[in-house]
Amino acid sequence: MTSQLETLAATLLSSAKENEGMEVYVARGSETEVRVYEGEVESLAAATSAGIGVRILHETPDGARVGFAWAGSLERDVLEETIAAARDNALFATPDPSVAFAVPDGVAPTSVNLYDPSIRTVTTEAKIAFAMELERMVRSANKVRGIRSADYGDSEVEVALASTTGISTTTRRTSASGAVEVIAGDGDEVQTGYSYTAGRSFSALDLEATATDAVARAVSMLGATKPASMKCVAIFDPRVVAQLLGIISSALSGEAVVKGRSFFAGRIGELVAAPLVTLYDDPTDARAYGASIFDGEGLACRKNALITGGMLNGFVYDTVSGRRAGVPSTGSAVRGGFAGTPGPGCRALVLEPGTLDRDGVLAAIGDGIYVQSISGVHSGVSPVSGDFSVGAEGFIVRDGKLAEPFREATVASTLQKMLSNVVAIGSDVEWLPGIAAGQSLAIAEMSLSGS
Amino acid sequence: MSTALLTPDVAQRVLQAALDRGGEWAEIFAEDRSTSGASLDDQRVEELSSGRDRGVGIRVVVGETVGFAHTADLSESALLEAVAAAASVARAGGASKTVALHSGGLVLPTAQILPETIAKQTKLELLFAADDAARSVEGGIAQVSVGFGDSRRRIVVANTDGLFETDDQVRVRFIVMAVAMGDTGLQTGYQVLARTEGFEVLSEDIVRRLAEKAANQAVTKLSARPAPSGELPIVLAGGSGGILFHEACGHGLEADLVVKDTSVYSHRVGQLVASPGVTLVDDSTMGGEWGTARIDDEGTKASSNTLIDDGVLTDYMWDFLRARKTGRSSAGNGRRQSYQHLPMVRMTNTYLLAGKERAEDIIASTERGIYVRQLGGGQVDTATGDFVFGTSESYLIEHGEVTEPLRDSNLIGNGPEILAKIDAIADDFSMTVGTCGKDGQQVPVGCGQPTMRITSCTVGGTA
Repeated sequence: MTSQLETLAATLLSSAKENEGMEVYVARGSETEVRVYEGEVESLAAATSAGIGVRILHETPDGARVGFAWAGSLERDVLEETIAAARDNALFATPDPSVAFAVPDGVAPTSVNLYDPSIRTVTTEAKIAFAMELERMVRSANKVRGIRSADYGDSEVEVALASTTGISTTTRRTSASGAVEVIAGDGDEVQTGYSYTAGRSFSALDLEATATDAVARAVSMLGATKPASMKCVAIFDPRVVAQLLGIISSALSGEAVVKGRSFFAGRIGELVAAPLVTLYDDPTDARAYGASIFDGEGLACRKNALITGGMLNGFVYDTVSGRRAGVPSTGSAVRGGFAGTPGPGCRALVLEPGTLDRDGVLAAIGDGIYVQSISGVHSGVSPVSGDFSVGAEGFIVRDGKLAEPFREATVASTLQKMLSNVVAIGSDVEWLPGIAAGQSLAIAEMSLSGS
Repeated sequence: MSTALLTPDVAQRVLQAALDRGGEWAEIFAEDRSTSGASLDDQRVEELSSGRDRGVGIRVVVGETVGFAHTADLSESALLEAVAAAASVARAGGASKTVALHSGGLVLPTAQILPETIAKQTKLELLFAADDAARSVEGGIAQVSVGFGDSRRRIVVANTDGLFETDDQVRVRFIVMAVAMGDTGLQTGYQVLARTEGFEVLSEDIVRRLAEKAANQAVTKLSARPAPSGELPIVLAGGSGGILFHEACGHGLEADLVVKDTSVYSHRVGQLVASPGVTLVDDSTMGGEWGTARIDDEGTKASSNTLIDDGVLTDYMWDFLRARKTGRSSAGNGRRQSYQHLPMVRMTNTYLLAGKERAEDIIASTERGIYVRQLGGGQVDTATGDFVFGTSESYLIEHGEVTEPLRDSNLIGNGPEILAKIDAIADDFSMTVGTCGKDGQQVPVGCGQPTMRITSCTVGGTA
């Protein structure tokens, strides 16, 4: 199948006209999704999909211009139509000397294994049984009243990317996941807890840990009340830390920087964080969910140091943002499938771990709050200004231990201050789905708003 | 045209195959969506894009289980293959029922000017006009990005009850984001115009005004002070974002959550759930609004449904399957992101009806509080009712007057508690647009509300 896509990409490239550049991204995938409820299969979806994204580039005396088109089909007439649409779109872009396709840069790709063929041998019955067992385990726990959902999903995707500048790559990737949302109750009160497990194969999923974690997250919040407003140290759960790193990564995008939309702009070499903060984007680490061999333009992914000892070390660039900034691509182009165009982004952020585990961090901090989950991230955090205000649930921390739970509160600061106010980083790295790993992290001077 | 997308003959044979394979009910949803977009960033047209997505999603119901499959191949053999996959949840069995489809007839788009008939250059001129207008605003505009997008979505829905309906939905959207730079750092302003209408809703004047508004918002926020921390009265300006209702109670009134007992509003029909005077409506018939359509994605005709009447919960929102199980009819709230997704209960245009007070009187009678002129997004846990929503333009109210601008923050509250704390509703009203996410699916929605006051809400600032 891989060779079929590769051949298709090469065939399409050969249709490029003499004076134009062409980049072709073709993808094919299949997926299964199972949702169960009350011991019955609520829905079972199985599907395949395929699509193409084409960029056409015209050189002009004032620079290049590029046009894009995509389609959710690989049928011949659709492919031709799509290329024609991209060609026409290119006529309208503003000529720009920074616009170019990636050119192979000699960096050797790593050999991260993203594909586990065993996913194909898992029967539908086994997938259903997984979701059923997830539901059964959480429902049998004390104080659990019900579930909102219990799901299993897996997918397999193949991508071929080729360009007239000499790029030619193919990748295959598999993934499997399970997720459950639990409702726990006590008297009139209810609380919810969500947990998930993900990996590159069915066997990598940890059913029991997911069920236990979801139940614990719901049950432990029973009795939670609105806390009194205060300034305090906040210790963030690894999953929340992964979300925080995801937000910070937007400000580390070379495109945001060159376009004046990042609070990090112009600060390379300056201290932007506490000295204990060292942050990498390392898609070559096989443990990272976002690990990848090639970036969205077909260059080899590589490890990029973003913050070292609190000092801003660099940004992530794709070809165009790099040319605009006068630096080479860092192999950091990402794209949202065949319907998206490449732009710089992180795939596998990880903070250099500290020496204390979660209990150690709690003990070191003594008094403050533990933030188990946050909400309103897309509305309350700006990677441009750095303003930060999110809904928070968790526990009061007293004498180095988790005490009573709280809810209906917000925590606020600015991303700039939060980076500088990091006082402890845990050793408990969790490799989570998404673009960042997480671990316990303590940040001083957070404003907790409650009553 | 939609008739070529899926003919009644083919639909009939594919649906019959679903029943023959043991399905109790089945549906075909065919979709052909063309999109185009252009963005101007850093004063350059970076890219024009065109997209085409076409395919069919097939649902087969057996007992409590929905089998689902989709394909981008519209040939009859591919549809029969998909129906076999979707029907795999059924035990083989002969159907006694014969499918007979009743076509609802051809439907033309309501848009006056189809965006596909407009020259690309004309669309680009609007982008440049907006960029120019934003940069003409004084006070530190450092960066502007402008985007235009349009879509035409033709759908056909057919099911084994005999339904065969089509629709042709045209949408346009124009977005402006401005960044201002000052001594206090960077601030952003954001405005969007989005309509289920054609190119007739856009003009140079309109996009210039939109851009000026975004630029002024960014510049104003440069002098904003940190938002307060703690509980304060909130006055929401008319149309600042019915997102409050969308989050605080809309999601909790979706029948799929209600029947699973995962909503704080389960078992509460007939009860007082909000302050008297609060009337909440979900209405997919509103002309041109972002959540408007002639039919929903299960073929049910659009309608206007009262959910809360004068504070009393009157009904939930229903899609076809949930309604069928309960022995009632769908309310027209079955929506899906695309043919690749299963439909579920979704809001359309959800709004709070206007009251009798004057907006200025509501502000004047507030001693100290927050005046919110524009909300960003929000999020809710329907089981507990706890929600957050972010401010993107807000001011302090001191001694009954709107004074200093505030930096963005999140407000947090509990749906049922907040609804009971609404103590003033004005006679003004306007709508805003949003994209609602649920279970990973995005659909366009409208929100609306008059100026109103909540007696206390937790403000997540730092001051």
